[in-house]
Amino acid sequence: MKTNRFIATTPRLMQVKVLLATVLLAFAFVAIHPMLARADMRIQKVESPAGITAWLVEDYSVPIVSMRFAFRGGSVQDPGGKEGLSYLMSGLFDEGAGDLDREAFQDRLDDSGAEISFSADTDEILGSFRAIDEDLEEGFALLAKAVQSPRFDPEPLERVRSQILTGIEAGSRDPQEQSNRKWAAALYGDHPYASPTEGTAESVKTLTREDLVAQHEAVFARDNLVVSVVGAIDAETLGRYLDQVFAPLPAKADLREVPKVMPELGQELSVAYDLPQTSIRMAYPGVDRKDPGFFAAYLMNEVLGGGTFSSRLFEEVREKRGLTYGIGSSLSTRRYSSGLGIATSTRSDRVSETLAIIKDEVQRMAEEGPTEEELEAAKRYTIGAYAINNLDSSTSIASTLTQLQLEDLGIDYIDRREALIEAVTIDQVREQAQRLLTTTPTVMLVGPEQGGGSDQPAASETPAKPETETGG
Amino acid sequence: MMRNGTAWKRSKAWPLALFVAMSPAGAVAQEPVQPPQELQSAVAAESTVESFTLDNGLQVVVIPDRRAPVVTHMLWYKIGSADEAPGKSGIAHFFEHLMFKGTSNNPAGAFSAAVAAIGGSENAFTSYDYTAYFQQVSPDALETMMRFEADRMRNLVLTEAVIGPERDVVLEERRSRIETDPGALLNEEMSATLYQNHPYGIPVIGWMHEMETLNRADAIDFYNRYYAPNNAVLIVAGDVDTATVRALAEKTYGAVPRGPDLPPRVRPTEPEQNTSRTVSLSDPRVSLPSYQKSWVVPSYTTAEDGEAEALDLLGEILGGGARSRLYQALVVQQGVAASVGSYYQGTALDDSSFTVYGTPRGGASLEQVEAAVDAEIERLATAGVNEQELERAKNRFVRSMIFARDNQSGMARMYGAALATGGTIEDVERWPDRIRAVTAADVQEAAKRYLDNKRAVSSYLLPAGEEKS
Repeated sequence: MKTNRFIATTPRLMQVKVLLATVLLAFAFVAIHPMLARADMRIQKVESPAGITAWLVEDYSVPIVSMRFAFRGGSVQDPGGKEGLSYLMSGLFDEGAGDLDREAFQDRLDDSGAEISFSADTDEILGSFRAIDEDLEEGFALLAKAVQSPRFDPEPLERVRSQILTGIEAGSRDPQEQSNRKWAAALYGDHPYASPTEGTAESVKTLTREDLVAQHEAVFARDNLVVSVVGAIDAETLGRYLDQVFAPLPAKADLREVPKVMPELGQELSVAYDLPQTSIRMAYPGVDRKDPGFFAAYLMNEVLGGGTFSSRLFEEVREKRGLTYGIGSSLSTRRYSSGLGIATSTRSDRVSETLAIIKDEVQRMAEEGPTEEELEAAKRYTIGAYAINNLDSSTSIASTLTQLQLEDLGIDYIDRREALIEAVTIDQVREQAQRLLTTTPTVMLVGPEQGGGSDQPAASETPAKPETETGG
Repeated sequence: MMRNGTAWKRSKAWPLALFVAMSPAGAVAQEPVQPPQELQSAVAAESTVESFTLDNGLQVVVIPDRRAPVVTHMLWYKIGSADEAPGKSGIAHFFEHLMFKGTSNNPAGAFSAAVAAIGGSENAFTSYDYTAYFQQVSPDALETMMRFEADRMRNLVLTEAVIGPERDVVLEERRSRIETDPGALLNEEMSATLYQNHPYGIPVIGWMHEMETLNRADAIDFYNRYYAPNNAVLIVAGDVDTATVRALAEKTYGAVPRGPDLPPRVRPTEPEQNTSRTVSLSDPRVSLPSYQKSWVVPSYTTAEDGEAEALDLLGEILGGGARSRLYQALVVQQGVAASVGSYYQGTALDDSSFTVYGTPRGGASLEQVEAAVDAEIERLATAGVNEQELERAKNRFVRSMIFARDNQSGMARMYGAALATGGTIEDVERWPDRIRAVTAADVQEAAKRYLDNKRAVSSYLLPAGEEKS
């Protein structure tokens, strides 16, 4: 997982995210962001004079303004053979923009007190801005340059390309890294989700400045933009800054059509490697975010292997038997695909035992569903966790609102969410359990070759997923 | 979703290894904690952090943040892996896991179920100098959290039936974190070499062969010795006022009797170090080499006035990010490194460490990267830093403090870590002032005094078949 010690010496939580991203690669942990409700949180829909809209939560208790924005696009929009284009682009927005070369831009940004960062995901390019309220003017001026006119100058382009290539090479002999790629390719075939966001050594070498300019022009447009702002700013002031940053962009994005894809299930995959532990991951069908059965499936997953220390998988595999440090299941709802993933890791001589237990739990859930008590507990958790996980800081609120807009769930979603969860019946949950968990999953083992038959996983059922560290 | 696409060029290290008990997604979903320097950093002056001490010796700190109906309840014990008895490495962390088992009043799982029932999140972590347990819940559940947490401070029931499986869990945790990762294995050896006598040389999670022998008697002994109100600090951050916290704390924690007085936390200290040492590991999973070089330096707790602040600024100016000297020289100008940087681990009870690291790119060799880093250190030690870069680094630190106020659990960690390593609330709050007071000469002096190759430990992570000459 961590391919390079020094790259891994990032803050602990960042490692967690990296780990999660790899564990759930196929299931980029798209968040089923549980919502969270602040007692007095009021979300305003702001429309700027030029027609840019944003969701705003005014909050003057801390002198900070946090903005998150996203352009629908991301690595699924990378042209064939140009994999990694969006990822490369996201590394270049603070490397010179408008009339400022890299040095000038970064000096001014440093002096402005604002923070600007970009990242590329499979489904969108995300931007993040944060500043102390008295530094907004200069901060937004720099953000406007970065968004509208990144320079993609030769020096930064070659440097960042070379850094990305170094990262790809650093992972080239790492069994976890390689198994992530194998996993994505096996599940998604020729769909863009099969390609790593950062591209391949071959594709990254072919990317040109012209590609970057064209991609920026195609993706950075007003009709595929969502913006969320939290902090010490009023609607009118925000409107002016929205225009300054986003109004000059083209009205319409020029996006490729991307098909939906069902993960290819029923496969048995393995990566043989002499490791002290075998990691196990499994993929089952998922449920679309807009599917009326979404919350029934969500609650079912919560009982099976969700986010508490009381899930069935956690209890059976870890608490009772000490077979693993981490195990869990999760739903993924990406724009073009959904899935349910289970992952864990265990001593290589206990793989078959672990798989058998997971298999039993999956089958039990598929046949019987949760108990009334379990469903009730899952509802309480899911309702309550929203505020704690999603609203505990300005930046997390801004992220949450951005996700809601990307998923097109409506500005009143937070108010409606609790009722949607309460309305789920046990029959609906059973139906989802049956629908998702009776399919033969794709299973992948990474670790020492399992000796002669007996340790071989039963081709079909098994779940487990580890999420390891946190804290830090 | 908050992954930073350019994180790889801004890598920063976490100060001291932390290990957590549990791993479900709830905990993983937490906000990132601050980068290292912010641990010692503080809220701006207008913060109204208050503190009081119960009769049984429990210190309580309240950090009001009334923006959302959420509180972070964190209990810090002043006990970490560096306090373990010889031969018992890993007991502090193993015991942290055991704290999630039942008590005489609450069966196993009851506490976690109570947290989950209101959508709360919980976890715990262990480091060299402290162990902390936390929950994030709505304010009306604060009393319940306090009741459970106070209960397990003294009433844990540890049967053989829970010891065995949980020991297997921590062994699997070690395999997941360390044994499967050549970089992590090398880091352990690096620390074991850097600290010749101090227990910071022993991994927090423990050595495998000692972890395997940890037993019920060890756990009970550890519990009875260290888990008491007079060895703990309670931090409550969020939507709550001091009067309420005081009343609830007296009602819950107040009923726990004071434990025996603990002796001062005096650990074996480092002898004078006069050698340079090298550790290397070749592994088939590694395709590109990388290196790290560390020195033992004073921590915020052990440093003379202003010295730790100067080391913090040195870490920032030398290798703290894309504006740092190392990044500018090696990554941007010379094009020899893919990543490079430096950091100071200031939050520690005893002398800690300062580290530089780098990975080559393109046709450059690891030797070239190391030589270029050495040259930048030499230049800084000889010619000092300029006022502009010093001012910018200070501004970044002071600003980070204001941003830190946006995250209540981050604030709770900042204060908890400081208080558990010998600091005070005032130390945290005055940090920006003390940073402001550092001069260019102080930073230069720190570099000259501490970053001496003649007593550094270098570690090299190499592809299979390559050796460090």
